[in-house]
Amino acid sequence: MLAIARTLIGRDLLLALRRKSDVATALLFFVIVASLFPLGIGAEPNQLRAVAPGVIWVAALLSSMLSLARLFAGDHADGTLEQMLLGAAPLGVVVAAKAAAHWMVSGLPLVLIAPLIALQYDVAAPLYGVLALSLLLGTPILSIIGAIGAALTLGLRGGGVLLSLLVLPLYVPVLIMGAGAVEMAGAGLAADGQLLLLGAFLVVAAAFAPWATAAALRISME
Amino acid sequence: MTTQTQNIRWFWFSSPATFYPLAGTIARVAGVLAAALTVAGLYVGFVVAPTDATQGEAYRIIYIHVGAAWMSMFLYVVMAFWSAVGLAMNVRLAFILARALAPTGALFTFIALWTGSLWGKPTWGTWWVWDARLTSELVLLFLYFGYLALQAAIDERRRSDRASALLAIVGVVNVPIIYYSVQWWNTLHQGASVSLTRSPSMAKTMLLGMLLMALAFWAYSIAVTMIRARCEIRENE
Amino acid sequence: MLEAAEIECERGGRKLFGPLSLHLAGGELVRIAGPNGSGKTSLLRILCGLLEPTAGTVRWRGERISQLREEYSRHLVYLGHAAAVKDELTPAENLGIACRLAGLAPDAHAVASALEAFAVPDMPVRKLSQGQRRRAALARLSLSQSAPLWLLDEPFAALDAGSAAHTEELVRRQLAAGGAVLYTTHQPSSLDSAARLVELAG
Repeated sequence: MLAIARTLIGRDLLLALRRKSDVATALLFFVIVASLFPLGIGAEPNQLRAVAPGVIWVAALLSSMLSLARLFAGDHADGTLEQMLLGAAPLGVVVAAKAAAHWMVSGLPLVLIAPLIALQYDVAAPLYGVLALSLLLGTPILSIIGAIGAALTLGLRGGGVLLSLLVLPLYVPVLIMGAGAVEMAGAGLAADGQLLLLGAFLVVAAAFAPWATAAALRISME
Repeated sequence: MTTQTQNIRWFWFSSPATFYPLAGTIARVAGVLAAALTVAGLYVGFVVAPTDATQGEAYRIIYIHVGAAWMSMFLYVVMAFWSAVGLAMNVRLAFILARALAPTGALFTFIALWTGSLWGKPTWGTWWVWDARLTSELVLLFLYFGYLALQAAIDERRRSDRASALLAIVGVVNVPIIYYSVQWWNTLHQGASVSLTRSPSMAKTMLLGMLLMALAFWAYSIAVTMIRARCEIRENE
Repeated sequence: MLEAAEIECERGGRKLFGPLSLHLAGGELVRIAGPNGSGKTSLLRILCGLLEPTAGTVRWRGERISQLREEYSRHLVYLGHAAAVKDELTPAENLGIACRLAGLAPDAHAVASALEAFAVPDMPVRKLSQGQRRRAALARLSLSQSAPLWLLDEPFAALDAGSAAHTEELVRRQLAAGGAVLYTTHQPSSLDSAARLVELAG
């Protein structure tokens, strides 16, 4: 079972490597959205510092929603997804492996680039750690929960926007806790509570969401 | 189609054909109840209940707001319940009921938001307040919209039923998490609070008014859901 | 081994077939025939467990496949209409991954010779023709002797004579080893005489 998970993750990473535009798109979108805000609300340093956690988190969220459509679509189109449903590993494991690979390609780069964005917003130095940690805990949750939406909207017209609508309410708690952690730290308070809660969300999501996604895939693939 | 299992009478009604006349009866009774309760509730709320000490006459909108908010959340839970029954037992009627509930649930969510806004204006001076409960209602509205949109986007009947059922269940599990997150978010940002239940004294007539309106909305929901279910049965069987 | 009891299939409000009963034992070959739209692919997908029949059950060695899930799919190979290969990978990479997903651990040599037997060149799949992709998908059969059940949807479609003969040979070998094969086809093949026929009215 673990061997199959490793095979799948390796496969998805290899595919992403050979199709580099996917990684670049998610990353570029994140950077572009974050750069748009100062243009929209003005570049007053204090204001930017105040909105930075929220803006970075929303940008990460939007980038994640954008890349989710690709999670199953490619495999569905060429028939490989069907074969995964008939594989030797439980579908939940298959889904978890694909979500993990998706995070490595679309979520982890955001965690690594976020400090640069924070620099653009003149975020205070001690907050970088909390920001990175909150994104590190939060972006996998976005991939795992988003997979449910991706599975439900498989092959539907208007898929991308519909997917965003379905997944947005589910993302709200992650956004609140993630951005909230950084804001707490910014206010000089301990962000432990929020980070622990994010960690708890991650564990619960990783335990349950893959099975919901598997059920959704079976429904969509009938 | 109906299986002869232990509880025969229950499964007898799970056939859309036998449910159809029952739904009609329920709709008629509920409709009458709804009309009566609405009149009673509005009377108590707008005529009998005293003027609020701090908020004057404008507060009376809560008689509609609170009932609508309760129904919006209650209907979502009921919708998720029927969705679960449908997925677990593969009974078509459960899916029909879940689908029939959604538009009414969305309507009450919208009414709750709208009346909340109307209440906010004279109280806080703005048409929208990022209060914990109103924000939660807004997210609930998105949950309803998502359900309705997914249902509409899938042409194939079976996939549409099952996909939206799964979505409803995933949503209902998330509703408490969303609610508490938004509560916490609100305290972090020291937002305003449009709440009457926290006020020190609530006249018994005020409570009665809210209860009557809530029951009226419930009866209305039942009536409308039954009618919608009948329409769907007529269209498809 | 495989038993379908009174299965019915309804898609898009239309009844495709049913009630249909069918059983398959080791060493048996069954051909599903029927006009276009009669539900051959749907029947195959029901037997795989990808599609729930409107009525009836499918059992594998006595147990319902809906309960068994991957316990069942571990024992089968399904080749559908789609070639199920990734454009960006080579046929060898695709085949290696497909086998590993099915729980097997093929060595590179076996993969290479399976592809060679079907004359599949070693280039990224997106550069291959439809026929070559089809053959790359069929090559999986060479490495699937351990799966007792083969469900093949139009395996001979658009195949040249050499590859068709090789495929028939693989099927015969599998049958001789005790495997069961069920296939749908539009065109005649030398396997037809050995096969038990199931016709879908359509």
